[in-house]
Amino acid sequence: MVENRPLLNILAHVVLILGVAIVAFPIYVAFIASTHGPTDFLSGLIPLGPGHNIVPTYKTMLTNGMASAGMPPLWLQMGNSLIMALSISIGKIAISIISAFAIVYFRFPGRSVAFWLIFVTLMMPVEVRILPTYKVVADLGMLNTYAGLTIPLIASATATFLFRQVFLTIPDELMEAARIDGAGPMKFFWDILLPMSRNNIAALFVILFIYGWNQYLWPLVVTTDTSHYTIVMGIKRMADVTDAQPQWNYIMATAILAMLPPVLVVIFMQKLFVKGLIETEK
Amino acid sequence: MAAITLEGVGKTYAGGVDALPSIDLNIADGEFVVLVGPSGCGKSTLLRMIAGLESVTRGTIRIGERVVNTVEPAERDIAMVFQNYALYPHMTVRQNLAYGLKNRKMAKDEIARRVDEAAKILEIGPYLDRKPKALSGGQRQRVAMGRAIVREPAAFLFDEPLSNLDAKLRVQMRGEIKQLQARLGTTSIYVTHDQLEAMTLAHRLVVLNAGRIEQVGTPLEVYRKPASTFVAAFIGSPAMSLLTAEAAGGVARLGDATLALPADVTAIGEVVLGLRPEDLTPVPAGTEGAIPMTVSYIEELGAQRLIHGQTAGQGIVCAVPSDVEVGASLAVLPSSGALHVFDAKSGRRVN
Repeated sequence: MVENRPLLNILAHVVLILGVAIVAFPIYVAFIASTHGPTDFLSGLIPLGPGHNIVPTYKTMLTNGMASAGMPPLWLQMGNSLIMALSISIGKIAISIISAFAIVYFRFPGRSVAFWLIFVTLMMPVEVRILPTYKVVADLGMLNTYAGLTIPLIASATATFLFRQVFLTIPDELMEAARIDGAGPMKFFWDILLPMSRNNIAALFVILFIYGWNQYLWPLVVTTDTSHYTIVMGIKRMADVTDAQPQWNYIMATAILAMLPPVLVVIFMQKLFVKGLIETEK
Repeated sequence: MAAITLEGVGKTYAGGVDALPSIDLNIADGEFVVLVGPSGCGKSTLLRMIAGLESVTRGTIRIGERVVNTVEPAERDIAMVFQNYALYPHMTVRQNLAYGLKNRKMAKDEIARRVDEAAKILEIGPYLDRKPKALSGGQRQRVAMGRAIVREPAAFLFDEPLSNLDAKLRVQMRGEIKQLQARLGTTSIYVTHDQLEAMTLAHRLVVLNAGRIEQVGTPLEVYRKPASTFVAAFIGSPAMSLLTAEAAGGVARLGDATLALPADVTAIGEVVLGLRPEDLTPVPAGTEGAIPMTVSYIEELGAQRLIHGQTAGQGIVCAVPSDVEVGASLAVLPSSGALHVFDAKSGRRVN
């Protein structure tokens, strides 16, 4: 659309700037809070300028953690979160791309049953099946392990569905050409399908990484050992103090740090992410 | 290079649909055979069965001396060119050409030699390091053919390879395919629904209709002596006019006109007369043996004009040079020996 209406431009910008401010302001406050001393936020007046406590706060949190609440240092929690987010996103992508490959390219008995079973699980979020899942994980002795944290979240109907749609847009002739070129099923998968779905994999990775990083309820349930705490649930544990004031500067520093990896993933994979969602170059 | 033999080859789909009842066909070594027919006649199915992309319900397919009914496509020693090119979009042209050879574990320098040779033949050398996305339709088609050539197969299979190109490019590529096949001398089977493509390319035409072979022959044989009304109407452009007439005593009555039948026609009763538009010449009204027609409309083709009209309530087309003036009605005289006579019931040729 080619239009030149200055008033409309100004209005659009005002709305956009307002929107950005509404989203960004709480994050700004969180960052400011993490730069002040522990008591500055209890006076009732919230400072809007940066304080002087930034280095000691972050240093304490990263190396020692909030020892008073029995929390491990943040680098450990972030590491746990990173392991969890990576395992979930890589595991989900690996499993769902292979199941989509099976569903789209093979005729086997029970194929449509398998497809519908996967489809039905779309309607069941982790929260619905959390008790039976917990029982299974506990009986398998996987409480307080990385396997227990990640495996129950790896199966993904959504990702399977997405890859199915991607594969369906790839013309059959390509598969036939590959057959004539002497590529067996797995070779076709590696040489043709996988490179062709690269952008979709990247887009999905961004979404799943954030999904995995932001997991809260499940880590809360399966970890009791602090060495397996993830950072997102750690924030909650820190704010949950009895007979004392929460140490907001530490909590906010944790929140800011918890936000960083997803932001970095989005920033660095933005190009691929957008490409994967909009491009159809088949 | 090898001959291809089909014996009683048939295909029935899972739902019980009988796509091809039974096909017998011998294709000689180095021959260019075109399978032509309207959509749904089974020509693509037949080609895909030869390629090994479709299972064979009955009969045997031989490539050379080998029965290949259950052999994997890659081991049939064939190469196929698809309508939508089916190039691997994430590979460069060079990788596209080399992929099949690499899968055969061919030595690197041999692959490079073959790719360079194919690139030279098809003049795609400058694009070897581009991706298919950066190529035009004609260039992609060349690459698809290059992928077939590098394999040096026993047979090329073409599945409507020119359908996605614009008219001008199609004519050019048609010529190139013909020259290429003549140069390489590889047995080729080409599927198309375009009768002009079929006529110009084929050594031998196979006209298919509803899963059956209507006629096999050189393009000129098929054009001059169509075996049935189906072939008569399908081959040739503009299409042959088919007129129902009453035959008796060596002549056919078509409305007011009386046409002498060829001597070998003994049929009596209803027959179908086939007249090619280019075999009709306008003559003064009342000439003996002429067919009167009223003009419905005229198509200008530049070199000639097509007069569409009616005679005795049936459609008839006549081609005249573009300088001939045409009124509201005229009489046309078929040139001698130009009359095709078909049985009205079976549609088979009787002369």
